[in-house]
Parts: sequence; C-alpha cells; structure tokens
Amino acid sequence: MGRYILARLVQGLIAGLGVIVLVFFMVRITGDPANAMLPKEASIEARAAFRHQMGFDRPLTSQLVDYLIRIAQGDLGVSVRTRQPAISLLLGRLPATMELALAGLALAVLVGVSIGVLAAAKPGSVWSGLSNLLGVVSLSTPSFWVGLLLILLLSVKLHIFPVAGRSGLKSLVLPAVTMSLTCVGQLTRITTATMRDVLRQDYILVAHAKGLRTKRVNFRHALRNAAIPIVTLIGVNFGYMMGGSVVIETVFSWPGVGWLTFQAIQSRDFALIQAITLFTSWVVLVLSLFIDLLYGVLDPRVSYGHDR
Amino acid sequence: MECISEPIGQTEAKSGTSDEPGRQLLRRRFPGWTIVVGLLCLTAAVGAAVFARYLAPHDPFEQDLSRALLPPMWMQGGSPDFPLGTDYIGRDVLSRVIFGSRVSLTVGLGGVCLASVLGMFFGLMAGYLGGWVDAIIARVVDIVLAVPYVLFVVVMASILGPSLGNVILIFGVADFPLFARLVRGEVLSLKESQFVEAAECTGAGPWWILWTHFLPNIIGTVVTMATFEMAAMVLWEAGLGFLGLSVSPIIPSWGNMMAEGRDYLRTSWWLATFPGFAVALLALGINLTGDWLRFTIDPRSRGTK
Repeated sequence: MGRYILARLVQGLIAGLGVIVLVFFMVRITGDPANAMLPKEASIEARAAFRHQMGFDRPLTSQLVDYLIRIAQGDLGVSVRTRQPAISLLLGRLPATMELALAGLALAVLVGVSIGVLAAAKPGSVWSGLSNLLGVVSLSTPSFWVGLLLILLLSVKLHIFPVAGRSGLKSLVLPAVTMSLTCVGQLTRITTATMRDVLRQDYILVAHAKGLRTKRVNFRHALRNAAIPIVTLIGVNFGYMMGGSVVIETVFSWPGVGWLTFQAIQSRDFALIQAITLFTSWVVLVLSLFIDLLYGVLDPRVSYGHDR
Repeated sequence: MECISEPIGQTEAKSGTSDEPGRQLLRRRFPGWTIVVGLLCLTAAVGAAVFARYLAPHDPFEQDLSRALLPPMWMQGGSPDFPLGTDYIGRDVLSRVIFGSRVSLTVGLGGVCLASVLGMFFGLMAGYLGGWVDAIIARVVDIVLAVPYVLFVVVMASILGPSLGNVILIFGVADFPLFARLVRGEVLSLKESQFVEAAECTGAGPWWILWTHFLPNIIGTVVTMATFEMAAMVLWEAGLGFLGLSVSPIIPSWGNMMAEGRDYLRTSWWLATFPGFAVALLALGINLTGDWLRFTIDPRSRGTK
C-alpha cells in the first residue's frame, strides 16, 4: 500500500510538471504569442516592444526555466489587462465556482444515484425507464442551451428566478440545475450498471435471507459496494466543473473562474489564461490523486473483483 | 467523457433464454424504437448537410432588414415563407439551421477520425512495444487528460483562432488520449492471448501481427467509443460557437446562431431555441446509434450473465 501511494504521488508530480510545460507551449504554439495577444491593428514596432517586454524574444529554454522558477516562487504571472497578480484574481473567483460546482454536483448525485439504485433494484419499472431517458437526454443536449431555455421560461416569462448574476440562494438554482445536467445522465447510468452487478452477488441474497428490509439492503449493503465507480465519476466531474464551467458560467454571468476565463479570452489576456489553465489542471490532478487514495477507505480490499 | 458499458434503452429481459444467439437475442433485449429514432435523427442531419442547397427555402446569407425578427409561422405576425422565423438582420432561421448541420457534422466526423487514428497509433505502440515507449506515451496521456477538456479546447481555440480546420485539430488532439488509453488496455490483454502467441511462434513480424490480429479485435471498441465522442464533440462545438470561438461568425453554425440568439432572448426566443434543438437531435441520433452499435458489436454489454 505504501509503495502504491508513493508511485501514485510520483506519477501525479510528473503530470503536474508536465502540465506546466504543456501550458507554456500552448501559448507559444502559433510561433509568436505577440500575434495572439495584441490586437490585429498593432504596429510592427509595438509588437517588437511587446515581445521584448514579455521576454518572448529570448530563447525558448531560458523562457521556460524562467517560467518554472517563477511558479516555484508561487508567482503565476500578472494579468496583462488589470495588472493584478493572476493568483489573486483566481482565488477571488474560486468561491463562486466552488459553490456552483458543489451545488450542481449535489443535485446530480441526489437525483442520479437514487434513480440509478431504484432502476437496478426494480428492473422494468418506471425508474429504469427514467434512468434510460435521463442518460440519453443528459448526454445529448447542450447543457448551456437548456440553461438558456430555463432563463427564457423561468426568468424572462415567469420572473421566478433572476436572469443572471450571483445574489443569494435564488440565483444559484438555475445555474446549479444546468450544471447538474452535464453529469446526471452519466451518474444514473453508471449507478444502474454497477448496482445491477452488485445486486447479483451472494451477500445480497444473504442480506435478504436475514430478513433485512429491501431499502436497507439496497442503500446500505449494495450501494457501498458499488461506490467506487460512482465516486470516481463524481471526482472526475467535480474536476471538469471547476475548469469546464466556462460556457455555463458565461450564460448565467456567474462570477466564477469559468466566466473569468471567458473574459480573459475576450481581452486576450493570455497571462491570466495560462494561470487559470495551470491552476485548474492542478486542482484536477490533486483531486484524482485523492480519489485514488480514497479507494482504500471505500473498499478495504482495494481490489476490483466485482468490476471484471 | 466516460464510456459506460450500459446501452440506453436496454430492456430488463431476464437472462437465461435458451433461444439461438444473434438476431433473436438482439430483438429481445434491444427495443427497436431506439435505433429507429436514432437513425431517423442521424439521417435527417446528414440529409440536411448533403442536400442543404436543395432543402433550404432561402439563401442562408440573404439579408433583408425589412423582415428582421419575424416570429415562426404559427405565431402572430409570422409568415409561411419563413417557417421558423428570421433573425435580427432578416435571414431565414430554417435555412441557417439546415446549413448549420454541415459545420456540426464536419467537426464531429473530422475530430473523431483524427482522435481515433492518433489514439489507435499511440495506443498500439504503447501496448505492443511496452517499455519506455509505453512509459512516455502514458505520461503524455496523463498530462493532456489533466487539463480539463473544455478548458483545453476553449484556450486552444482562442489561441489558434476561429476556423473549421483548427476546431477539428483541437478536438482531435484533446480527445486522442482517451482512445490511446482504451486501445492500450485492449492490446495489453490481447498480447497475452493464445492466437497472438501462436502467430509470434510461427514467425509473424510485428507489423503483420498488429495488422491482422490486433486491429480487427480493437476496431469494435474504438468505433463504439468514437460514436459517443462524436456526439460529445457536436455538443462542445456548439458550446465553442456560443462563446464565439468556433468557426468564423459569418458561417451559419448552430453554436454561432445560439450566440446571436442569446442577445435577443427576451424578445425573440426562436433564435436560440431552434439551433439548440438541432444540436440535441443530432447528438441524440449519434448516441442512440452508438448504443445500438455497441450492443451489436460487443457481446459483453448485452448483460448476458
């Protein structure tokens, strides 16, 4: 177990360093980042001056070393537009994104896991139909479009919820529902599938034979043993929501990291974009590490016996 | 995107049927209507893309401010000449939706082809050669997957600039690690199988083995994954277009139309609604067809226990 954790840590560290290099080259992929960062009408002299100021005219290797050193010092760069450190901009937006991601995820887990368990326990029932339907709909509709429709219906027409912005619990409802839509289908499907496998096991039969109530068997005995794939999916989706909420946050003008990304793209603030990409990737890496280590807690055997 | 081994619409027929496998099994467990609906949606989208010029009632670029923001024909003030209404500069929404299918299908097909070819190449290399090749490819896959998919796509699109080629390239690169990982796993288990061992014993070269033994055995899983990834790409392309980062804004694409429609959400709901429907129908068609494909190709997903 100790060796496994160590190997996993090293792997995560390599990926974390790799992401720095990837992000470094992403911005430079067109050859001259000044072209991407400056408006089209910038003069040749202005471009040259900008290149010199940002250090783009130096050899790539020395730029990369510089970049690595600055990151090691905790400096993720300075926003070109607002002249503020990128990290403080990011941290300022993080609570809103976390709030939205957690609310969306909680909603998706509540709906997805319950329907999934019921669908597996009662094959052929309404629940299993609902599970299938939810899977199809969630995987086939653009979530931001549903968000637009929700705004249209519930905000513009019926005035129940605010159209946009972050002002208390009421404004959280529509973005969270939209957010949950991105993963509720996957969650329902994987819960149904793994639960169906688990419910075939002998110990479930034993639990029934002991006279335990079905609800208790389903939610206590079976769900715990079906937890690993579900938890993995939850972790993966939380990571995606942290960085992937660009479109949904933009639709609702939700002042989180996603909207910040969109604003940074619009103002071609690549220093900030670099910082956001790096930061969220690290969050995702740490999360996946955490989930891998969590397996040992969920399943003392840390074996995938029932998966195969 | 996760690949979950559970087909949509699978009925819960009890296992243990004694009838012959194949067609009967298929009819029993896979309700026919899903594939009918799936193929219907898919055919409609492909048909619209191919025959757009003949199907569209108007030129999708033709502007006329005198008829701007006409509502759909069934609403008051609508005109039967413009069944789904017109946009803010008087272009026909229906014609633009029809032409928009071209962008979505091209991006979906192109992106998924690029991703699966790249993924199969690197996955085969990693799985078959093993050693340091495997280690390097596995690390690269880890790194690309560490960057959240949407963020990667959005940032790359903003750096490379809006064009159809760039969008396809970005989706291909963002998605190939998933295929590489899948193929690598398949190859690792195939490598241990007896028919590969037998081929190696008879002196077959590595290319021959890759071509005749590995490729036919992995193509099924790759194709089913490709369908789901294609649906996801269609959705994300619309998202990119909505942010103004997909194809150039003059080209009629569903994402672009939704972006324009957002500004008129209060007054003209039809602008953002219909392109979104089109995206959903195409994605639905691809997903349902993919489910059916997986069901037919991969016997494990039938739940026969």
